[in-house]
Amino acid sequence: MEGRIYLDHAAAMPVHPGVARFARRFPESFAGNPSTIYREGLFAQEALAEAREKVAALIGAGDPASIIFTSGATESNNIAIRGAALRNKKTGKMVVTSTIEHISVLNPAKDLQKSGFTFTLVPVDRFGVIDLDALGAAVTPETVVTSVHYANNEIGTVQPIREVAEIVHDRGGFLHVDATDAAGRIPINVGRDGIDLLTLSGNQLGGPDGVGALYIRPGVRVQPVLVGGGQERGLRPGTENVFGIACMGEAARLAGEEMPEESPRLVAIRDRLIAGITGIEEAFLTGHPAERLPHHASFRFSRIEGESIQLAMNALGIAVATGSACTSRTLEASHVLLAIGLAHDEAHGSMVATLGRRNSLDEVPRVVNAARETVKRLRAITPL
Amino acid sequence: MNPHNVGVIENPDGYGKVGNPVCGDLMEIFIRVRDDVIEDIRFRTFGCGSAIATSSMVTDLAKGKTLDEALKITRDDVATELDGLPPRKMHCSNLAADALHAAIRDYREKQKTGEGAAQHP
Repeated sequence: MEGRIYLDHAAAMPVHPGVARFARRFPESFAGNPSTIYREGLFAQEALAEAREKVAALIGAGDPASIIFTSGATESNNIAIRGAALRNKKTGKMVVTSTIEHISVLNPAKDLQKSGFTFTLVPVDRFGVIDLDALGAAVTPETVVTSVHYANNEIGTVQPIREVAEIVHDRGGFLHVDATDAAGRIPINVGRDGIDLLTLSGNQLGGPDGVGALYIRPGVRVQPVLVGGGQERGLRPGTENVFGIACMGEAARLAGEEMPEESPRLVAIRDRLIAGITGIEEAFLTGHPAERLPHHASFRFSRIEGESIQLAMNALGIAVATGSACTSRTLEASHVLLAIGLAHDEAHGSMVATLGRRNSLDEVPRVVNAARETVKRLRAITPL
Repeated sequence: MNPHNVGVIENPDGYGKVGNPVCGDLMEIFIRVRDDVIEDIRFRTFGCGSAIATSSMVTDLAKGKTLDEALKITRDDVATELDGLPPRKMHCSNLAADALHAAIRDYREKQKTGEGAAQHP
């Protein structure tokens, strides 16, 4: 990918070089199943235990046993929402989420309606911050699970999680937080933040794809979504992805270690990018100007369409994301951009840049120039 | 992405506009007609890559054709000339043939009523 500038880390992250080094040190002859008791099995058990400790440390979970490993954030979200709701349905049959959650939170919550649950969506303001008054009204003593993400992947807005937790716990329910985009980028402490269930993605920490984790606060009861063997406390049956889990553990360790230096570095790039791109005519920042993820810059441009922006930027050597309907499987406009109050035609013109450790300040002028050129070209052919 | 025949014809002989910005695709086509032949054709499009590609292709296909020949250009012809479109884009983003036909109809209406060129916004 010589000469390319990759700005879609929210979609997929390259594996951290430290994780790649760690992976290369993994014994080539490794074949241990952690359910066995011979030496190879014990090695696998130790690899899992070490990974659990590293992931627990990243989010301030005192007990490593509170972490279970899954195939990724989608599975973690499903186990958290379905598993906690169904296990605790005697308390009540209500679930609450915000309007801008990831589809892997919204769909399990919606699906619980088939099991007799009611599902309430809480609105956000124009910056994407959850409406705490509306949350207070929506969450009742019958609400078993409330799910609010730590930060949004399309607009970068970070939520007031501690205030959310207070409201949820005041009514007696559990708070699930999807921290896929926030973990490893801003400090998370499940104790301080009042989080009962927390979703993590291995890839978003700089680990490989196909592995994730779910934190379950000791005492919170969850029932399995998949049934099989008793692995991962019965919540994620099936022989563990030992190699992937070990790599995710190392990624979590490195992310925690590097965050104090890496996050401010990303903020500096992000802010220069935002300043440059919002200087283009009829270009606007989406999401919160201050309460946003360090690596996240998101925009919309009037009178042009996001997929065309993506293609034109690609031709100029730059990979960016868009929330345009034209790139989605359903061809529907982004629910996040509509929820922050954009009209359909405004939501079509979105562009999202998410940074990673390979990006540098030196790249910003090229990105801003490419965006300026792209906007100029597309506006020249737009009938609007 | 290097679309052909982009832009506007001032005082066109025919003008067609299809789609709407809420759906994410809006196209307009301008034609200049001489002796029943499309002498010049231009487009402007708000939309995705497929929408821009089909607009460009339909202008290439129609240029130099008689109006009757151009009316026979279908959505499928445009997609085929582009070596296919993603299935989910066949409907929403493949409006260019419709815009061309609208421009030709507009021209013929004007000929019938003896009015001047269609006005575009």
